[in-house]
Amino acid sequence: MAVARQTLIRRGVRHRDVMERTVESVLFACAASAVAVTTAIVVVLLVESAGFFSHVSIVDFLTDTMWTPLFAEARYGILPLLCGTVLAAAVALTVAVPVGVMVAVYLSEFAPVKVRETVKPLLEMLEGVPTVVYGYFALLFVTPLLQNIIPDLPGFNVLSPGIVIGIMIVPYVGSVSEDAMRAVPQALREASYACGATRLQTTLRVVMPAATSGIAAAFVLGIARATGETMVVAIAAGQQPNLTFDPTQPAATITAYIVQVALGDLPHGSIGYQSIFAAGLVLLLITLLFNILAHVLRMRFREAY
Amino acid sequence: MKGVMSNPVSVGVPSPQSGSTTQRNVKSSIRDLNFFYGDAQALKHIDMEIYEHAVTALIGPSGCGKSTLLRCFNRMHDLTPHTRYEGEIRLFPDDVNIVSPEVDPIEVRMRISMVFQKPNPFPKSIYENVAYGLRVRGVRNKTELDGRVEAALRGAALWEEVKDRLGEPGTALSGGQQQRLCIARALATDPEIVLFDEPTSALDPIATASIEDLIISMAGSVTVLIVTHNMQQAARVSTYTAFMYLGELIEYGPTNEMFTRPREQRTSDYLTGRFG
Amino acid sequence: MASLSPPLAIDASHATVADIRANVAQRRRWDLVFAVLGLLATSIGVVTLLALFIDLVMDGYQRLTPDFFLSFPSRRASEAGILSAWVGTCLVMLVTAVVGVPLAVSAGLYLEEYAPRNWLTTVIEINVSNLAAVPSIVYGLLALGLFVYALGFGQSILSAGLTLALMIMPIIVVATREAVRAVPHTIREAAYAVGATRWQVTRDHVLPYSIPGIATGVIIGLARAIGETAPLITIGALTFIAYLPNPPLTTTPPFVNFDWLWSGFTVLPIQMFNWVSRPGTAFHANAAAAGIVIVVLTLLMNGFAIFLRYRLRKRINW
Repeated sequence: MAVARQTLIRRGVRHRDVMERTVESVLFACAASAVAVTTAIVVVLLVESAGFFSHVSIVDFLTDTMWTPLFAEARYGILPLLCGTVLAAAVALTVAVPVGVMVAVYLSEFAPVKVRETVKPLLEMLEGVPTVVYGYFALLFVTPLLQNIIPDLPGFNVLSPGIVIGIMIVPYVGSVSEDAMRAVPQALREASYACGATRLQTTLRVVMPAATSGIAAAFVLGIARATGETMVVAIAAGQQPNLTFDPTQPAATITAYIVQVALGDLPHGSIGYQSIFAAGLVLLLITLLFNILAHVLRMRFREAY
Repeated sequence: MKGVMSNPVSVGVPSPQSGSTTQRNVKSSIRDLNFFYGDAQALKHIDMEIYEHAVTALIGPSGCGKSTLLRCFNRMHDLTPHTRYEGEIRLFPDDVNIVSPEVDPIEVRMRISMVFQKPNPFPKSIYENVAYGLRVRGVRNKTELDGRVEAALRGAALWEEVKDRLGEPGTALSGGQQQRLCIARALATDPEIVLFDEPTSALDPIATASIEDLIISMAGSVTVLIVTHNMQQAARVSTYTAFMYLGELIEYGPTNEMFTRPREQRTSDYLTGRFG
Repeated sequence: MASLSPPLAIDASHATVADIRANVAQRRRWDLVFAVLGLLATSIGVVTLLALFIDLVMDGYQRLTPDFFLSFPSRRASEAGILSAWVGTCLVMLVTAVVGVPLAVSAGLYLEEYAPRNWLTTVIEINVSNLAAVPSIVYGLLALGLFVYALGFGQSILSAGLTLALMIMPIIVVATREAVRAVPHTIREAAYAVGATRWQVTRDHVLPYSIPGIATGVIIGLARAIGETAPLITIGALTFIAYLPNPPLTTTPPFVNFDWLWSGFTVLPIQMFNWVSRPGTAFHANAAAAGIVIVVLTLLMNGFAIFLRYRLRKRINW
């Protein structure tokens, strides 16, 4: 009887094997789709960019100072777009890094638990506001506000969307920095307090130096975020390619240019259509670069502890 | 009931309780078992027989391999990557090597169940906790489930306490009750062997006493293998004791003999508290 | 930083209690200053959120009438509404949820419960974290090249829904993995020990116990998708849609139809972008009103997700 039962068990197990393998294959396929998506992104961007670069030389692309693909006499220099992108990101980071680090220091080292528990969800809500709404806010609230301070500020400028993007990424920069500071072992803090240091001294002399590379990673990730941001600049910066380093001027970023072309009706396969893929490729490379850099920084931080 | 007639191996050993010699069947036989975590060898050439319907205790200092050996019996190590078994654990009556890669670990776990160090009830109702093992093997008949859940809860001395609240979450019980619930879960599938991995280390003395009583009473119908770091516990509940050290089986025999007249110096050192 | 060092140099051997107290008081004052600064910095975000919302409400509240929800876009600002936009948002989200959620949850389950430690798993993990960092507009370019042209889906609800599904996949994968990881190992062992198979363990225990955590990720992902504009503009979503797609449910058998998948569409954020980018101020009130709808929707979803997570942290006591 016992042996008969064991045979039954074995048969049941074998029947389930089929189910097990099927489920595992399906789950694997879903996970592997991430690889497929990445591949598809790279392939699409490369194929369309290849069409673009068969018309425009890479040297012109990288050195020409004019970006006028929609004009009769089209020029394809990415520099003005890069310049607008860098400028907007620079303004954003000028706001986001000091504020974000300050927020992180406060939440990780100073804030009472109650305050932290209340403020963190609020900051997360801030991250959840759609970017198109931030664009509205930049164009119709922040720009008029700034015009009170800088009277001849044009209606479209880089300053206002830059500031808004900065505030928008504060929760992100703040939470990445906070993670880095929280990862600093408590023993280090205790050692500092035991020497008679105050909270601020412990923060500035022990916690922050120990978390430097983690905070640097937050900075770098902030750059990547600001670079990829689209709607705020597309709405409030003016969509005019402009080789300038003056944030009070209008300018176009790479992302804003893609939006501008997509809003028009360029025929599929035209060089203007292909140009947004070339622009997208540059954007992808930039964000990828900064993300790798951030990864390296965090790895180094993790090694230290 | 289980396979007494087909077991070829029988040995006479003195029973510690009665002092007289009783005939016991071998339920499982470990032959030259080695076990590796990656390159580290955790078990070295273990040879021993596990007797049916008896409680066998595995003792030894921490890291000696007693839990590792226990977990070989239901192939729990298969859940950890880079582990390797060598040798045999033969399970009777059908004489199958349960650590062989050809044997499905799930098949092994359907025959040999386990109770863990910390009570780990599922966050489901008391009823569903006990019924789970039956459900995964396809029992759907409500009457059968009810009957076996009740029997298992009775077997774990928990029935009277929970019979009116079978729908409440198992996690709401006290620590000792949770552990008895886990024992009921292990009994519900009518296993041939129940493994206990330090089952009382997370419990208070009163709960510990009730679990120990339960283990002693179970031995009439099921084979029990228990790992304990508590020598008194081994002395209280087991018929046989194996002393392990550094992955080796140092000494194995009837509990009363080992505790009164250990053959090995290391066993005696451990039992008298010189190390461990 | 120099000013932060103790202003009273104390010679340790001769420090009196008074010296020490003065020194401590001085340094404590800096603590206080810094705490106040930190609180200010933290409140910038909250203040912005308030300013933004008040600004929208001031500009747009008088447009929030029932007619606004029941009218198509129009050349006349006072007659324009968001009917096609909110219907479009609902239908696109339906596609996104139906495709994105199972895909991402399965991927998360695989990576956490099944994946062997090998190079292939590492490659998949790297890909998931890279996808999380890809700017949303690049997903739009992918969709433009792949869904719209290569696969011939056109500028349809299907293309849009798929695009957003891919975009939110990393968010849900990460949330799923975290939720699954939080299920204690002892629970899995307990289930394996009674003879459950890997899928039975996953289906009966791991998945049910991690549902609240997964739901948090799903809601946050969908909220992100609802507010997303750039990738949909990139695939060429029309901004003037004065019709509704065929409804997915019909009164005649087979009661469902899939024509709507191929329909042109607009969504709330695109409608808002359209209005805000028009010269002149007549349409700005419409933009603000649409903005109120989007912000309330996304904040409610995010708020619910955050609430769910905080409750979850308190509730489960393994």
